[in-house]
Amino acid sequence: MLELIKQPWHWSVAGVLVGIMVPMLLILGNRHFGISANLRHVCAICLPGNISFFKYDWKKEIWNLFFAVGIIIGGFLATQFLHSPEPVKIAPALASSLAESGINDYSELMPAQLFNWDNLLTIKGLVFLVFGGFLVGFGTRYAGGCTSGHSISGLANLQWPSLVATIAFMVGGFISSNLILPFFLNL
Amino acid sequence: MSKVKKADAAPPPSTDFEVRSLDTQCVNASEQHDAPWWYNLKYLVAGALFGIVLVKSEVISWFRIQEMFRLQSFHMYGVIGMAVVVGIISIFLIKKLKVKTLAGEEINFQDKKFTKGQVYGGLIFGIGWAITGACPGPLFAQLGSGMTVIAVTILSAIAGTWVYGKFRERLPN
Repeated sequence: MLELIKQPWHWSVAGVLVGIMVPMLLILGNRHFGISANLRHVCAICLPGNISFFKYDWKKEIWNLFFAVGIIIGGFLATQFLHSPEPVKIAPALASSLAESGINDYSELMPAQLFNWDNLLTIKGLVFLVFGGFLVGFGTRYAGGCTSGHSISGLANLQWPSLVATIAFMVGGFISSNLILPFFLNL
Repeated sequence: MSKVKKADAAPPPSTDFEVRSLDTQCVNASEQHDAPWWYNLKYLVAGALFGIVLVKSEVISWFRIQEMFRLQSFHMYGVIGMAVVVGIISIFLIKKLKVKTLAGEEINFQDKKFTKGQVYGGLIFGIGWAITGACPGPLFAQLGSGMTVIAVTILSAIAGTWVYGKFRERLPN
């Protein structure tokens, strides 16, 4: 059984388990599945400045921070106790296009050649770690939610603005992965 | 009954759908005001389960995200699609059967309003998602799984959110 759990999980299993988060949080305490708001709560706690957007009673939203800390713990537990020693399987087409940019280490879920401390102060590191993160934080808040808040919670409640947001996420991602990334990867 | 109670002098409506307390009052009043902090530990456990799923299904993998955006694998479409189907069925049943929370309170839903931010912000987030290979949930899971450098990405995302908050009145909405 443990051996089976250590294998990468099939999309159907993962999808059901992610989907169950929606009713689980609602039943646990009327909470709507969403994660990016945590970034806002951190701003509200640490550096609200004189910005009205960050002046709210963040203590009412503290459940969300518990949820985020839980995700960190879950990431630790899964990697520590359920780790599969196999290298990550990736699509041959992706492997060949990444190889042209020198990305050929599939031992981890993230390409170690991009995401490591030594890269941090290189142009590539600044793009992938700092610039990318900035866009994620800016964009999710501007859109009012991320993949969990819009694409899962919002769509599950049949909200058409969430469908608009989801389409925008995908269009942005298609442009970025296919047209922008090849340039960044070769910096 | 399922309508959310509004305060008499409601603050200007927030278009931020993840932070409902700004728009809604009296939601879970008992839990928000009386409950001790450890009442929130159940969300920590739920988050841990979610984190394990994110890692074991490889949703936190930068490679899986590239495959999704380059149409080279069905995996991510399967995960998100299945999650949406399960979510739709769950919410339908919760509304139909008037399921209550553990504390016996009514479960509230709020309609989302369209803003231009969903398009512009959505595009910006999508571009960032493909670069980092992670949306906010997976960023936390990556950090937990030992990729400590992702702390930089998370701090940068917090900075991005702060800059949005600073300039949001000047952005099209």
